[in-house]
Amino acid sequence: MKHTVEMVVLAVGAFLALVGAGFAQDRLFGAHMWVLFFVLLGGTLVLMRRVDFRPAVAGHPSLRSEYFDEVVKYGVIATVFWGVVGFLVGDVVALQLAFPDLNVEPWFNFGRMRPLHTSAVIFAFGGNALIATSFYVVQRTSRARLFGGDLGWFVFWGYQLFIVLAATGYLLGITQSREYAEPEWYVDLWLTVVWVAYLVVFLGTILKRKEPHIYVANWFYLGFIVTIAMLHVVNNLAVPVSFLGSKSYSAFSGVQDALTQWWYGHNAVGFFLTAGFLAMMYYFIPKQVNRPVYSYRLSIIHFWALIFMYIWAGPHHLHYTALPDWAQTLGMVFSVMLWMPSWGGMINGLMTLSGAWDKVRTDPIVRMMVMAVAFYGMATFEGPMMSIKTVNSLSHYTDWTIGHVHSGALGWNGLITFGAIYYLVPKLWNRKRLYSLQMVNWHFWLATLGIVVYAATMWVAGIQQGLMWREYDDQGFLVYSFAESVAAMFPYYVMRAAGGALFLSGAVIMAFNVTMTILGRVRDEAATLDAAPMPAPAE
Amino acid sequence: METYTAMRHFADSWGLLALTLFFLGVVLFIFRPGAKKAAAQASAIPLKED
Repeated sequence: MKHTVEMVVLAVGAFLALVGAGFAQDRLFGAHMWVLFFVLLGGTLVLMRRVDFRPAVAGHPSLRSEYFDEVVKYGVIATVFWGVVGFLVGDVVALQLAFPDLNVEPWFNFGRMRPLHTSAVIFAFGGNALIATSFYVVQRTSRARLFGGDLGWFVFWGYQLFIVLAATGYLLGITQSREYAEPEWYVDLWLTVVWVAYLVVFLGTILKRKEPHIYVANWFYLGFIVTIAMLHVVNNLAVPVSFLGSKSYSAFSGVQDALTQWWYGHNAVGFFLTAGFLAMMYYFIPKQVNRPVYSYRLSIIHFWALIFMYIWAGPHHLHYTALPDWAQTLGMVFSVMLWMPSWGGMINGLMTLSGAWDKVRTDPIVRMMVMAVAFYGMATFEGPMMSIKTVNSLSHYTDWTIGHVHSGALGWNGLITFGAIYYLVPKLWNRKRLYSLQMVNWHFWLATLGIVVYAATMWVAGIQQGLMWREYDDQGFLVYSFAESVAAMFPYYVMRAAGGALFLSGAVIMAFNVTMTILGRVRDEAATLDAAPMPAPAE
Repeated sequence: METYTAMRHFADSWGLLALTLFFLGVVLFIFRPGAKKAAAQASAIPLKED
């Protein structure tokens, strides 16, 4: 492989970044361009060292293989890596809230670390999981090699560059202050380019499929890719102050800006964290239990109902604000209606196991997937409930919201991704099985326990917070100052950090297990879970 | 009419009707004769090979 074009493009990019650093209109843009310069320069050097002048042999395994799996392997490794990083940062910010002394000014204070955490887990961990699994699934269910050749590599590395720029930007203090869309205009433009390439690769593979029918998982993936493109472009419409500066101003103002942001924000949950991960559910659960999905027709209704309803739910983030009342009610009504397709999908996922429920006992990977779907059901029940205005008046701005998000993100997105990773790694690296199934079991219990501790703590914390904020005395004065409600949170914040630590330690075990599997090691486990029947429960 | 008002009225009349009809069409299509067999075949796609 010579990589001539790639090397030249990277070197030119590095040079342009250097120029950008030299002519930067503000200090932060300059610093960010230096980061970009060193990243691109490093990339160029790595490619140079990999130049191989031997003539390409026709029998090279990567050319012979039917599917383009090399990029999926990279994606799985990136998912595990960013997962551990994202969870670690999450636990650090949890501790920062409990112990403010841990805020290290200026780069590592809570305000900068929090978007680092959210973006690391949503976009770096979740995004890499989605890209990797979508590339894997679309090839298998279309029975076609990934479209676009090396474009798949561009999507993978381009996306990692986006992650690095976003993460370093947050720590430097570059932000456009839009939740889950903090990167500034030039990083947004880069992500748009990468995302269009992603769409081309995915759609191209579907178009050249050999299987006449487009399997439902691919519908969900496509819905996710197209909608995220639309959300990303509209929400980030902004005018930069200078083309060599890090600051931009939104194209919208006031309540329209807020609504655009939450139209984006909630659909990031709906299409990034739901539709894309449902695609994983519809492929990996049938594969792992070796049964077709319970009702294929229900899965199609699930898809269309989800697509049609989710897009309207965003205004529930703006209850009791300047947003027109009808829009708030619309958001609430659609959120409540969403409960139906969500639970239809959950039932569909769970019932896929009918006749194979024993696998929940014998296969820790299936157990993980089932727990993921259970958390999907729980979070999609809690969400509509919290979107009801009267409930929201208590829950909004409290830690209840944080608990809700985490039962969805850790429970649903986390566990289904872990399940998919455990399924994929032996397949991709041609191993007979994982290094250790008992470690998967450990991961399952650590993660589940961590989520339960986290969510339960935040319920109590959030409701207490909400009640303290609305407590009036008989004279009509507020009983508690805001600072008192903050101080009251201390024990919960410590417990939350403990729950997060459990979840993180599970992910570290997974990283070890995956590494060992890739290295080809097999742990000597006297009795695998399949062989060891569990004692029957007492009647 | 103001653009905002025009779009809002379009959204809660013809727009709403079109989306609802499309959705009902999807549901009806799923329950067409022969759909059960087609769905059973489609659901077997992931299990066919690796």
